[in-house]
Amino acid sequence: MAPPLPSLRGIDRSDRIYRRVLTTFALALPLLILIILGVLLVSALPAITAFGPSFLWTSTWDPVAEVYGAAPMIFGTLASSLLALLIAVPLALSVAIFLTEFSPRWLRQPVAFLVELLAAIPSVVYGTWGIFVLIPFLRGHVVPPLKAVFGWTPFLQGVFYGNSLLAGGIILAIMIVPYIAAVSREVLLAVPISQREAALAMGATRWEAVRSAVLPYGRAGLIGAIILGLGRALGETMAVTMVIGNRHDISVSLLQPAYTMAAAIANEFSEATTHMYQSALFEVGLILFVITVVVNAIARILIWRVARGAAVGSKAL
Amino acid sequence: MKFTRFLALAALLGTAVPAAAQVTLNGAGATFPNIIYSNWMLTYNQAHPDVKLNYQSIGSGGGIRQFSDGTVDFGATDAPMTDSAMAAIKGDVLHIPTVLGAVVAAYTLPDVSQPIRITPDVLADIFLGKVTKWNDARLASINPGVTLPNQDIIVVHRSDGSGTSFVWTDYLSKVSPEWAQKVGKGPSVSWPVGLGGRGNEGVAATVRQTPGAIGYIELGYALINKMPFAVLKNQAGNWITASLESVTAAAAGGMKDMGPNTDFRVSITNSPGAQAYPAASFTWLLVHKTYSDSAKARTLVEFIWWAETEGQAKAPELGYAPLPKELRPWIQARLKSVTANGRPVWKGTAE
Repeated sequence: MAPPLPSLRGIDRSDRIYRRVLTTFALALPLLILIILGVLLVSALPAITAFGPSFLWTSTWDPVAEVYGAAPMIFGTLASSLLALLIAVPLALSVAIFLTEFSPRWLRQPVAFLVELLAAIPSVVYGTWGIFVLIPFLRGHVVPPLKAVFGWTPFLQGVFYGNSLLAGGIILAIMIVPYIAAVSREVLLAVPISQREAALAMGATRWEAVRSAVLPYGRAGLIGAIILGLGRALGETMAVTMVIGNRHDISVSLLQPAYTMAAAIANEFSEATTHMYQSALFEVGLILFVITVVVNAIARILIWRVARGAAVGSKAL
Repeated sequence: MKFTRFLALAALLGTAVPAAAQVTLNGAGATFPNIIYSNWMLTYNQAHPDVKLNYQSIGSGGGIRQFSDGTVDFGATDAPMTDSAMAAIKGDVLHIPTVLGAVVAAYTLPDVSQPIRITPDVLADIFLGKVTKWNDARLASINPGVTLPNQDIIVVHRSDGSGTSFVWTDYLSKVSPEWAQKVGKGPSVSWPVGLGGRGNEGVAATVRQTPGAIGYIELGYALINKMPFAVLKNQAGNWITASLESVTAAAAGGMKDMGPNTDFRVSITNSPGAQAYPAASFTWLLVHKTYSDSAKARTLVEFIWWAETEGQAKAPELGYAPLPKELRPWIQARLKSVTANGRPVWKGTAE
């Protein structure tokens, strides 16, 4: 015999309370973002009115003369993150494809575990490792042959001192590989086995099956994984500041020191004694906030378009 | 029955607390003197259990900010407050020097065993990016008998704002008109050349890992890490290696310029003393001229005077240069001027 139903009025009231609690929680986060944006805007206002839009493209950062321009940091943030993606994406996708498609069963768990372990290492440890291991290695074994072959390009001009855009990009790449690899692996695991079987049945090799059936199916998820890594690279602070050289300068050469927005804020905020200095750093924070939002928006649009494209494609089949 | 006994006990405890007259003083600021301040506060608390002192080493800029906002009872800084910062709190601040610090030019030249000598003008030109090779003719001429390598000079500076940078740029501004005009002095400046390292440890690590690098760090940090640092020529024309003695000598040499009525906001870089190390500096405690709480004010003044006298003996073993004894009457005069509710709080004169 079924138990008697509780009174409808009771359900109605508890549901109302439940819904109100959920609504409050759900709205709290967007509200928090709006508050952050508001505080950044208000705090940055003195710098915005003093320097205008030229803050975005001037390179002087002189706390003594109180003249500020954020171009080198904007450039450094984007360049180091881009370099990190260039290195990390092929590496992370290879790991993910290997683990889901080619790896012997006994190797899967250990390799996946070790790759994900990279994400658990504190940022300051990466930075220290960068100073004492990576930079001497780059100086001794990587940059000389690179310069010998590609030294004529603008990207490898100048003397390599160690702390540089290159070192910053490589550290970032190592730090974001586990994120991209872990999410990509989940995405590829979710691709139905029938996709692979269909491709193999058509006479495709393993590689052709991955390329023509598995990867296109998971496109949206893979792009999401890459954007997740990019978001992390844009905001990373400690490890980058320890190896990038912290120089307010724009140079396309990977061998020269650079600066990122997050690093500058972390370095300079505690001793920014004047009002304008603090305000300029707040404006840098605002720009970083906007760039992160724009990157995520682009990612959303990409995923949406790719997902729609895939749906259209499968319909055509 | 039990309940009333409990109430009586609670009442007893309630009255017992104010009777003990515990005084708590909170301070915040410079990281450089953190070790000796913590030591002083611990030692002082053992002799005066009713006095509780807290110090947070959040950096000079943060110390000035919190002191000005009134969130702490006293501040601490490696760079004196500017006139405009003092005007913002209506001049209600005294700078009381406590110990001395020095900044040295540490370098890495694996094949050079003798200490390198650098004159002020060459030092400024290195940091301006005008002297770029270790075997530059000007460096070679002041280092006879030293085989300097044909290697790039890589300048390393602090990327975070810091009192160490203030002392260094203050010194370079005094010895080089070009530096003063192009760069100036401050906790953060626009560096003409070089790599930025975060904190003393960041600069030290980069200097050590980079052959041909030169960077400025606190003397104590260089001594602990056994890093070679340059011998500098002082104003009197003598070659001086940074040491606790030559740093104290810098403060003694700077006394002529200060005078007994000084507010102590003076730079002692490029000091005229014969044995003075040129890149030395006071580190200060920031104290209000007037307090509303006389118990707090008196305790603070008593603690500082203890630090200026008995406390100084602790300095050398902790790696700080003590103040010259000749400064004490001037410091005492400043401390005597601290008032609470219109009355001086110095012992003997109060109430």
